[in-house]
Amino acid sequence: MKSVVVVGAGPAGIRAAQTLVAHGVRPVLLDEAARGGGQIYRRQPANFKRSAVKLYGFEARKAKALHQTIDELREQLDYRPETLVWNAEAGALDTLHEQRAARLEFSRVIVATGATDRVLPVQGWTLPGVYSLGAAQIALKFQGCAIGERVVFAGSGPLLYLVAYQYAKAGANVIAVLDSSPFSAQARALPDLLAQPATLAKGIYYRSWLTAHGIPVHQGATLKRIDGEHRVQSLRWSNSNGEHQLDCDAVAFAHGLRSETQLADLLGCAFAWNPLNRAWLPQRDSAGRSSVAEVYLAGDGAGIMGADAAEMAGERAALALLEDMGHVVAPKRGVQLEQALERIDSFRQGLERAFVFPQNWAADTPDDVMVCRCEEVRAGDIRDVVREGHWEINRVKAHCRVGMGRCQGRMCGAAAAEIIACASQRNVSDIGRLRAQAPIKPLPFGLEVEP
Amino acid sequence: MIEVDAVIIGGGIVGASAALFLSKAGRRVALLERDFCGSHSSGVNYGGVRRQGRPLSQLPLSQQAHEIWGQLPQLIGIDGEYQRSGHLKLARSLNDLRALQDYAASSQGFGLDLQVLDRRELRTRFPWVGDVAVGASFCPDDGHANPRLVSPAFARAAQRHGAQVHEQCAVSAVEHDGQRFRVSTQNGLELHSPWLLNCAGAWAGSLAAQFDEAVPMHAGHPAMLVTEPLPWVMNASTGVEGGGIYARQVARGNCVLGGGQGFALDGARARPGQHAVIEILRQAVELYPFLEGAQAIRTWSGTEGYLPDRQPVIGHSGTQPGLLHAFGFAGAGFQIGPAVGQALTEIICSGASTTSLDAFSITRFHSISVA
Repeated sequence: MKSVVVVGAGPAGIRAAQTLVAHGVRPVLLDEAARGGGQIYRRQPANFKRSAVKLYGFEARKAKALHQTIDELREQLDYRPETLVWNAEAGALDTLHEQRAARLEFSRVIVATGATDRVLPVQGWTLPGVYSLGAAQIALKFQGCAIGERVVFAGSGPLLYLVAYQYAKAGANVIAVLDSSPFSAQARALPDLLAQPATLAKGIYYRSWLTAHGIPVHQGATLKRIDGEHRVQSLRWSNSNGEHQLDCDAVAFAHGLRSETQLADLLGCAFAWNPLNRAWLPQRDSAGRSSVAEVYLAGDGAGIMGADAAEMAGERAALALLEDMGHVVAPKRGVQLEQALERIDSFRQGLERAFVFPQNWAADTPDDVMVCRCEEVRAGDIRDVVREGHWEINRVKAHCRVGMGRCQGRMCGAAAAEIIACASQRNVSDIGRLRAQAPIKPLPFGLEVEP
Repeated sequence: MIEVDAVIIGGGIVGASAALFLSKAGRRVALLERDFCGSHSSGVNYGGVRRQGRPLSQLPLSQQAHEIWGQLPQLIGIDGEYQRSGHLKLARSLNDLRALQDYAASSQGFGLDLQVLDRRELRTRFPWVGDVAVGASFCPDDGHANPRLVSPAFARAAQRHGAQVHEQCAVSAVEHDGQRFRVSTQNGLELHSPWLLNCAGAWAGSLAAQFDEAVPMHAGHPAMLVTEPLPWVMNASTGVEGGGIYARQVARGNCVLGGGQGFALDGARARPGQHAVIEILRQAVELYPFLEGAQAIRTWSGTEGYLPDRQPVIGHSGTQPGLLHAFGFAGAGFQIGPAVGQALTEIICSGASTTSLDAFSITRFHSISVA
């Protein structure tokens, strides 16, 4: 019997599963994590007892609601945590759970695979003590650990201020926040940001709170390099006033988020260049239908729109799936959700202007900066291959191994694309798209196979 | 209109090495590749550079190729991670070991210097091989290389010697006007030449068919995967008598393994498929126990042409003077490819190749009706 499957138990996946259950469908919900909630509402281990407000701040109510939903749904779902989907082919998903490989045939699947940080490397970023913003947040939320005692947060995007605020509130010594986007960009973006006044207010609150607590926040500030012998000891950053040094023992940095699209790719979804995300994304209609009839897309995995949008998109995609299966669904609900998603989209446009992509990053990155840490490929290695006349990203990968390692380009792909585009004097949209290959994440030798 | 001495269709290792040797001999050459040179079978194969195990009829060419590989850096400007690690063919039964002994006896005189090892010798010399192997045959001068680097480098070297290399340049029409070939491409090139080389790999059949010599070729998709870097253990490239898994370890520590068949995604692309991948992950630990617990980080496949006798077609067309074929290498074209390019060059420059190509004539399929 083929199942209706939801991949990912974050905000999108949980709402999708809930909607399916409400219409009498019992879906299989696959998730890599041990407990549902996704990254943003990641739950602490069962024996940790911090309050939701302490963990999620303003988002506590949403986090609790989502966790409660999945807890209540458990009996009505075939919920399979700690299960990696490593491949998709011929109408089936290939999974790995506790060293056992299995196949799951699906009649329809909702892909809600979420996002990771977009990392633009700087010198020294592979030193112990350097984290992505998302990883720094997870250390705090999940394990109750800070990444260091004297921490600098750098990069751009809404997460920058949120994580800095969370660390400061948790008692860490936040040395500084270095926002690469200039204040003028944020002022220009204001009209669009007003589409979500509550979200905007939170952003302003974090920022003001940091300033009120004496934490320096620098805008138009570029992280230049991170130094240290065996771990982070200091960093250098620059702004229009010149170059500055800060002593610290940990750094968290990222420039927004990037969608996890490998599964959609293996499922055969058509991709299109998305200028707002500066990435290739699986195409979807306003309801979340992909180019493949049985495949639906929801949440940040199909383009970054944030957790609130993900909840709505999960529900909307599930309604589309139910409609396509011949279920009767309330037509109004779909329209409402799409309208709400449109409003968030215009806020999202504003965010992209407020936290503008650092256009000079590729040109300013020295040759010896490690871009691909799995395969130890530096910016200069990539430029050498481009100089030989190559410009297509899979071709450049074949020649210098960038994106060929453990992470399969999930961490370095965006940065590599920027370097290739800059070096070959092409638009980043004109150098092709890194093709996804199974396994989405590494597979062990000696695995067992479910009969 | 471009006037050349030879138009080569297909920028794999066969076509690119023909382009290189012809250019070095002073011939004007145009190499047409619809994708990027060396980006299909020639660039994504396992990377074995092996003579051992080939049909005896291929060994003279393979031996010539061995000489060419020995000059690789001088020829293409890079070492291509080529190393003569030796090739170890494992036997899982005494019958298989007897087959290896028979092959060692019959291939004597071709310069392979095979050493047949019994269980004890195998354990002593290659302690990392699993107990499932009861013996092996070792060819000390065979080895492996990085196909992603080597195959494109042949095309670049040809270009440096004056060949025109046209990438992303699919052929749209080929005709012969009684005197010469007229080749048109989708991006508007028109080329004229007295010689046409069909080196189009798994896609060579349609050109052959156009000249009334269709071949019963089918496409295959060998499944391949690679591990994360591991401590260096494998001091030889390996295969198994009777087929199965083959494996090698590159200098930086990654193990490359192949075995089984994947599937076509479309006319040009293929994936290894979960079945073959899982079989490799399960079976490899018996042959190479040190892999237990290691991780496979990437899988891939390609599109390769196979003829029913698993031998290639190399040499003159039986129907069209001036047309030369070289395709259908059945997953074993990487090592022999440069010698094939050299043989085609000899046909054009001196009327015949120094090595007999009789066994590979396309005329062996003329009496077969191809559906």
